[in-house]
Amino acid sequence: MTFLSFAWTWLTSRQQWHGADGIPIRLLQHLGYSGLALLVAGLIALPLGVAIGHTGRGAFAIVSLANIWRAIPTLGLLIMMVVYLGFSPLTWLIPLVALAIPPILVNAYEGVLGVDPDLIDAASGMGMTGWQVLRRVEIPVAMPLIMLGLRTAAIFIVATATIAAEIGTGGLGRYIIDGLASNEYGQVAGGAALVVLLALLVQVVFVGLRRLVVPAGLRRAART
Amino acid sequence: MVWSWIPQNIGQIGQLTLQNAYLGIVSAMLGLGISVPLGIICVRWRLLYPPVLSIASAIYAIPSLALFVVLIAFTGLSDATVIIPLTLFSLCVLVPNVVDGLRSVPEPVRQAATAMGFGPLRRLAQVELPVAIPVIIAGLRVATVSSISLASLGQLIGVSSLGYFFIDGLQRDFPTEVYAGIAMVIVLALAADLLLIVIRRMLTPWQRRRAEPMPPAVLTPAPADRDLAGVS
Repeated sequence: MTFLSFAWTWLTSRQQWHGADGIPIRLLQHLGYSGLALLVAGLIALPLGVAIGHTGRGAFAIVSLANIWRAIPTLGLLIMMVVYLGFSPLTWLIPLVALAIPPILVNAYEGVLGVDPDLIDAASGMGMTGWQVLRRVEIPVAMPLIMLGLRTAAIFIVATATIAAEIGTGGLGRYIIDGLASNEYGQVAGGAALVVLLALLVQVVFVGLRRLVVPAGLRRAART
Repeated sequence: MVWSWIPQNIGQIGQLTLQNAYLGIVSAMLGLGISVPLGIICVRWRLLYPPVLSIASAIYAIPSLALFVVLIAFTGLSDATVIIPLTLFSLCVLVPNVVDGLRSVPEPVRQAATAMGFGPLRRLAQVELPVAIPVIIAGLRVATVSSISLASLGQLIGVSSLGYFFIDGLQRDFPTEVYAGIAMVIVLALAADLLLIVIRRMLTPWQRRRAEPMPPAVLTPAPADRDLAGVS
């Protein structure tokens, strides 16, 4: 396993763990970019998706957006931003947010739209107002899909933040891009190993989060 | 935007578009070739499905650039270094769709086939798979569009694709090239998507009279209700 031995040698050498381009700083940068982008995208897309699902307006735009989204080349978008804005924090933040919005938006929309109408009738019949129905019935029932949208967005952001090293950001992608440029496979392999670990960690965090926020009754129902 | 750049470089645009199409389409086709038998096995032996899905969605979470780099150690800077990761990613969309498609075959249809004397294999090939085609192709559309778009990243490790225009445009500070690259990736992806819709209509003539089914809008690798079923 040449990959693992290269990665291991690089990861265990002490100099990688210190200084401004050390692993702790690069990891924090990667988490910082990703966290900020996910937060901004969530703040925009969650209310919008829930509102569209609740009212049913704008559904066609959502489906079209979903189709185009997969076709957009992330690297092309990042480089286009450099060409427009030069190098500033917005250069990476705008594409990361823009790419994270569709999965969050569409899943929130589908989740709220898919709530059983009988359930909404029953809630209204119990005297809940429209707002209460949304907050206490529709959103909790839509929670599995909402979480899935957030997780898909997080996966996408972590991957895109890696590629963003090509336009000069920090983060773990630096090791891969710099290593490729200087033909140091040890650094490339070590960086890739860290990115893989981070991606798997994100998965585990979201599986855990899902347990916290999805109502217990729904977790079982969703198993069939 | 320097429009004259486009006719001057039409040969290179065409060549890189073809190469990009090749990488993306071969990946999706290989993914289909693996998913159909794998999906059949997962329907037959239900216990296998949750772990297969968990592994597929864990692989899907790995950034493509990292997977390319891991594979350089094994396959060098060849096309396979890009095709193998894209194939693995496509499994995350395709396997659930094959399984859902096969499970969606109505029980009376299955029983009718058995009553007509179809053995299990013949029933699978002539009844169950054809009925599952719309759902399988819905997954294939997602896999093909994503693969074509992701194939442009191969350029980062030196496997030529439309991504060349992004990196070259950045280095030469020449926006036209970047825009042309983005436009060609999107056009290629949407053309492949359209082609698959046409193929689906040809393969399922019995559906023609019904309303066109909507493409899956949910932007997730796997159907929502089976989200990491084995893990959570």
